[in-house]
Amino acid sequence: MTDRPLKQVHLAAHFPGVNNTTVWSDPASGSHIEFDSFRHLAQTAERGKFDFFFLAEGLRLRETKGRIHDLDVVGRPESITVLNALAAVTERIGLAATVNATFNEPYELARRFASLDHLSGGRAAWNVVTSSDAFTGENFRRGGYLDRADRYTRAAESVQLAREFWDAGEEPVRHRGPQFEVEGRLSLPRPPQGHPVVIQAGDSAEGREFAAATADVVFSRHSDFAAGRAFHADVKGRLAGYGRKPDELKIMPAATFVLGDTDADAAERAAEVRRAQVSPQTAIAFLEQVWGVDLADHDPDGPLPVVDPDPDSALVQGRVRIPDPVGTAERWRALAAEKGLSSRELVIEVTGRQSFIGSPATVAERIDHFVQQDAADGFILVPHLTPGGLDEFVDRVVPLLQERGVFRADYTGPTLRDHLGLPLPERR
Amino acid sequence: MPRQLHLSAAIDAAADAATDSPRHLDPGHYAALARLAERAGLDFVTLDDSFTAEPSRPDALATLARIAPLTSRIGLVPTVTTTHTEPFHTSISLNTLDWVSGGRAGWLVGVSTTEAEAKAFGRRPVAPEDELWAEAADAAEVAARLWDSWEDDAEIRDTATGRFIDRDKLHYIDFEGRHFSVRGPSITPRPPQGRPVVAVPVAAGDLARDASPGGRARVATAIRYADVVLLDAPDRAARLTAATELRLRSGEHLRILARLDSALPDRAAEQRLLAELTATGTGVDGFHLVPAEPERDLAALAERIAPALRDAGLLRTGYPGRTLRDHLGLPRPASRYAGAGNATATATATATATATARPTTATALAEVTR
Repeated sequence: MTDRPLKQVHLAAHFPGVNNTTVWSDPASGSHIEFDSFRHLAQTAERGKFDFFFLAEGLRLRETKGRIHDLDVVGRPESITVLNALAAVTERIGLAATVNATFNEPYELARRFASLDHLSGGRAAWNVVTSSDAFTGENFRRGGYLDRADRYTRAAESVQLAREFWDAGEEPVRHRGPQFEVEGRLSLPRPPQGHPVVIQAGDSAEGREFAAATADVVFSRHSDFAAGRAFHADVKGRLAGYGRKPDELKIMPAATFVLGDTDADAAERAAEVRRAQVSPQTAIAFLEQVWGVDLADHDPDGPLPVVDPDPDSALVQGRVRIPDPVGTAERWRALAAEKGLSSRELVIEVTGRQSFIGSPATVAERIDHFVQQDAADGFILVPHLTPGGLDEFVDRVVPLLQERGVFRADYTGPTLRDHLGLPLPERR
Repeated sequence: MPRQLHLSAAIDAAADAATDSPRHLDPGHYAALARLAERAGLDFVTLDDSFTAEPSRPDALATLARIAPLTSRIGLVPTVTTTHTEPFHTSISLNTLDWVSGGRAGWLVGVSTTEAEAKAFGRRPVAPEDELWAEAADAAEVAARLWDSWEDDAEIRDTATGRFIDRDKLHYIDFEGRHFSVRGPSITPRPPQGRPVVAVPVAAGDLARDASPGGRARVATAIRYADVVLLDAPDRAARLTAATELRLRSGEHLRILARLDSALPDRAAEQRLLAELTATGTGVDGFHLVPAEPERDLAALAERIAPALRDAGLLRTGYPGRTLRDHLGLPRPASRYAGAGNATATATATATATATARPTTATALAEVTR
């Protein structure tokens, strides 16, 4: 270690999502739609002095084989509306909504986030996502026909235009760009944070460039130490090109965790959670996602399918298709043969092992290590249970991070920018 | 015993006060007004909205979501306009307001008629009002179909088969209209009320023989989709005529509330309002009160007028139920798709929906404009 001061850890709480990380079969699993579940998780995160509470978005229900995917949690509320309600029952925690820049117009986005920022006293964040798929577009008047290449063009111009509206407050804005020609003014003064915090999650070269140019926080998928360091170095290295300092962008990978009284306890619990996450039916659905063929009659407790994947299949919709299905199948067969794994055991082995497994002391040490070694600036924690999945982390890990001097004992300011150590942006 | 009144109130900041204080940005201000309305025992409060720059105010649906946890019974009815907003977003946002408020959401349907609003979006030119209201009707249709697209018992959590939902109880809505098409189903499960309460503003003149095309289209939307009409009439006679006409054209479940300016600077004004509220033969189910100074006027309502109405047996004591539909005496609707079966059997679901729905907008428009 060098003698630079300790980096401070940033933490966020992700409401459990509509995917198989979320275990709904556990007796302790509560409602995914009632407000009390959101209140519980947001208040728990605030008790733990987290930077922000995060909601994902999906504008079309996922499908498998032409039918709605029914094995995971399905259904969620509209994010901004829930966050406005949560602003009434929390005082400090940031409130982050994922909102698609393809299926929303900048004026309305600017107004909705300005409203959330005003109504929450400066706690709003916008996770900017884009979409080009016609599948989701079928729910919207503008349809899905945005060229893939135009996704980031539109997203970047959406963010830029939203910031013009925020800066202008109740003054008029005229904007002429390749994507938007608008002229208007908001019915609101400049938001308390100047600009609500912008989060970005894209991982492609374009996505990283967009993040370096535009974002305040990157929601990355690289929770592995080596990959995290590489990503951190890559994205922070791009900042100088936009006249930005490394501190002006926080990199926060998604991370899952399982705690136990001892590391051995935690490992045992982690294995149980993995089995619950990959039911026999979910294992088959995963294989179908790679193989692209109907495997309804395949035995999850038997070996992997002998047929080869169909790389051009449109069997699965509304989810990211796994790249290189043929190569993936080959690697999986080799691994299953080597370890003697059934289909279900193979899926458990190759998907979503938890990021942090251990006693509270172990997990606190690992998180601190990742952050001090620049594998991350903090984490967006994804509990596997609603709504109690964060309770134990807040009760047992947060105090240890505080003892280590790497996590705030209390909030130092009222706004999300204060929590993230981001300056109030200058008015342009 | 006389029939009890349904009362509601607007809680928009007074126009002249909006500029000289930041109250319009303070959620506590709106919460205090809604609590006064709740103390008075009103059915709901409305909060107006548009994409115009004046008056200064935050998004109305956001504001009412913000105060939902700070109130417990009062219905929350924001204006949401349909001209520039995606109908899918409108449906899930109102659905979510219903979830966060425990079944107290309503929707005051509005359209955007100004060029300034069109330019702020930069997507389409300003359109004539009749076209905008026909589109609003389509947005209401889409919203209702999406609310119904999850049957109430779609979530099953069946560990034996590994299924969280019974997908036969989720339905594609396959709406195709002149302005947009929406496939569905909703991403948000069916709201506590089944469908949030839909309110449409109508002026007595909209029902007249010489009504404008925009007015006629608004009436058509109200007849087809409204649970509540907020009726603006210049005098009692016009109100009675308009209410009678509306009731003839719509079903028994429509609640008609007459808009009533309710400036209450002194006891004399309170007495006049009380006389107006207790008059018989009005043809309406109640009144939508529009205060001049909301704090003062809603306080007078809670402290003196509501108790006087209760003494006269014209206002219920407390809230007998939890949801806005309960307050209004409106039944919770069954999903139009209930029993329609398999979600992939799109044609069947659509045919069933069409067969059981009320007349299409086009038919309703034809009736009004005949």
